[in-house]
Amino acid sequence: MTTHIEDHGLLRFLTCGSVDDGKSTLIGRLLYDTKAILADTLSAIEKTSQKRGLGAVDLSLLTDGLQAEREQGITIDVAYRYFSTGTRKYIIADAPGHEQYTRNMVTAASTANLAIILVDARKGVLTQTKRHSTLAHLVGIPHLLVAINKMDLVDYDQAVYEKIKADYLEFAARQGIEDVRFIPLSALNGDMVVERGEALAWYDGPTLIQILEAAPAAHTEHAEPFRFPVQYVCRPQDSANPELHDYRGFMGQVESGAIAVGDAVTVLPSGLSTTVKAVQLGGRDIGSAITEQSVTLLLADEIDVSRGDMIVKTDEAPTPVKQISATVCWLAETPMDRARTYLIRHTTREVKAKLAAIDHRLDVNTQEKLPAEKLAMNDIAQVQFKLAHPLFADPYKANRSTGAFIIIDESNNNTVGAGMIL
Amino acid sequence: MSATLTQQPLSHLDWLEAEAIHIMREVAGQCANPVLLFSGGKDSICMLRIAEKAFRPGKFPFPLMHIDTGHNYQEVVAFRDKRAAELGERLIVRSVEDSMKRGTVVLKHEGESRNKHQSVTLLEAIEEFGFDCCIGGARRDEEKARAKERIMSFRDEFGQWDPKNQRPELWNLYNARAHKGENIRAFPISNWTEMDVWQYIEREKLELPSIYFAHQRPVVIRGGAIVPVNVPLVSGELTNLPKAGEAIVELQVRFRTVGDISCTAPVESDADTVEKIVVETATTTITERGATRLDDQTSEASMEQRKKEGYF
Ligand SMILES: Nc1nc2c(ncn2[C@@H]2O[C@H](COP(=O)(O)OP(=O)(O)O)[C@@H](O)[C@H]2O)c(=O)[nH]1
Repeated sequence: MTTHIEDHGLLRFLTCGSVDDGKSTLIGRLLYDTKAILADTLSAIEKTSQKRGLGAVDLSLLTDGLQAEREQGITIDVAYRYFSTGTRKYIIADAPGHEQYTRNMVTAASTANLAIILVDARKGVLTQTKRHSTLAHLVGIPHLLVAINKMDLVDYDQAVYEKIKADYLEFAARQGIEDVRFIPLSALNGDMVVERGEALAWYDGPTLIQILEAAPAAHTEHAEPFRFPVQYVCRPQDSANPELHDYRGFMGQVESGAIAVGDAVTVLPSGLSTTVKAVQLGGRDIGSAITEQSVTLLLADEIDVSRGDMIVKTDEAPTPVKQISATVCWLAETPMDRARTYLIRHTTREVKAKLAAIDHRLDVNTQEKLPAEKLAMNDIAQVQFKLAHPLFADPYKANRSTGAFIIIDESNNNTVGAGMIL
Repeated sequence: MSATLTQQPLSHLDWLEAEAIHIMREVAGQCANPVLLFSGGKDSICMLRIAEKAFRPGKFPFPLMHIDTGHNYQEVVAFRDKRAAELGERLIVRSVEDSMKRGTVVLKHEGESRNKHQSVTLLEAIEEFGFDCCIGGARRDEEKARAKERIMSFRDEFGQWDPKNQRPELWNLYNARAHKGENIRAFPISNWTEMDVWQYIEREKLELPSIYFAHQRPVVIRGGAIVPVNVPLVSGELTNLPKAGEAIVELQVRFRTVGDISCTAPVESDADTVEKIVVETATTTITERGATRLDDQTSEASMEQRKKEGYF
């Protein structure tokens, strides 16, 4: 008795706001009110009659793990929360809003395709709002949603909403932020979150959950070239089984684009070309694969391929680079040492790298570019790296998978920086 | 935000599966001597299917290992052995009872739950085999304390988890590097919820130990919880005997998790198929929230404590 349910996949989004803007309440509201939808969607037997949402639940209890931490002042982490409507699954990355934690927001933003930026209707657009927006934009989140919360405390006044929207749009235009939408909310009462409520009748746009249900998932909006970093090579070398004797499967996840049997491909760095003989999952032929699928590729010719290599389509190969220009966020407590060699990890490839120059630092509060001599924790800067071996990279703006890298300190193996290639 | 889509997104289960495969392959690619922890429970059964999809037609690049408390349901232990044999993969079993014999685990009293002592036996096994990474089936939605857990979680030489010393994790670039003696815990299904697990079991038609499905069982009601009694161990010996004066009742129950007998309570249910469990999981979340809220701080604090000591 499996009823067919439409599946719109998965959306990862980020919530950001200053302390007390209502982030925990909003997340709690989403987790709580969508449970009824999930039950309705999946309950093939009977429709549940539970009233969605209850007026007097303390919603922030659902996320109070974070609150306890905040009291102790050790909130240095991103928390992940989950909910589903049955037709779509959501992963919320919840980054604490505190001033000094740029690195948490960058971490949380790295996997998000949409950001909800909370604004307290009484306070309007603050420095923090601008900082969060700047970071979300910098990390390439394609869709920003400004949620103007606590509308109940300003009598659900449309004029307040319009003023904040105008202020924000002015800021966004200066920053080149294009895809931004607005919604008035009361997270506390639930207005416009999952239910429309009665109080915001003047707003005729979609509810928050409708926006989330319709938002494009990652990698679905632009055609991207095929990129397949090899993670692992499967060589069963089973002499008892002639079919497996010569089996060489190149295992990885399609970071972008699509691939099918017969496609002409080139392996980097060797530059050797061949065609795809088989696309497999779990040893079974599936013929083709699209972005985000983890598969195994078999090639028509015997070519040496190992972890760290990249398989691309022959007619859309990236140019290898030995010097990169990148926006870097420094994540470690120890500042970057300009004299040292670091390890850059890009897809499955690791190369040694040295800082060649710091072009400028970005002040995330004022959006000003400032000269800089060093990189300390939470700094964001445009820098140049010299690499010991080439990378097969795309600009981050064009490809969030093959444009990104992390910086590793080999002395303690910590991840000390995050980079986006320009 | 309306745009013409260049590709249909993967279904949520396909996405989760692809992510989990990617994580397992990163472990295989980055670590020299990993191991996959397999208990015979539903999460680790999903992990085995993911490993098949990740590595077949090759063998798994890691053995399976179970840390056996000696207090496991017969059905689960039998299932564990059967599944490992079907897959043709090596299964290592290390038992808390052996640690007790060695004197490295000392129970405070005979009835004390052995669950938390698993960490000692696990660390002993890690040292014995020189494992540099343990792949586990923990999920972030299991407890609030896990919501911030990394996918690749770093443990120092003493197996300790230091919440302040975890590596930031960005994009899908996982850093599983460790020096000798240090250890990584990798959680490929971190982003799955209980619902996802059941939907995956349904889709993949995965076989499960029978006690996951509704069955009649003698229980007592103790402090509001349903406690199974007179449970036969693998040895045939009965455990969880009722206390004096407790009334035994037969209830229709199923287990949502199948850990150590002394600390896993079943729920009342008539869901005897995976389909019914999926629906029940969806519809009961509303009422279960009440129970979740009862989650006392001590249990969460103790989870953090156990993690610090090297438990998952
Ligand atoms: N009146 C009103 N209060 C709200 C609303 N959203 C949140 N709050 C309250 O604002 C306070 C801070 O909310 P919380 O969710 O903890 O904020 P956070 O710091 O952003 O997580 C709490 O007392 C909430 O009850 C809202 O829409 N209207």
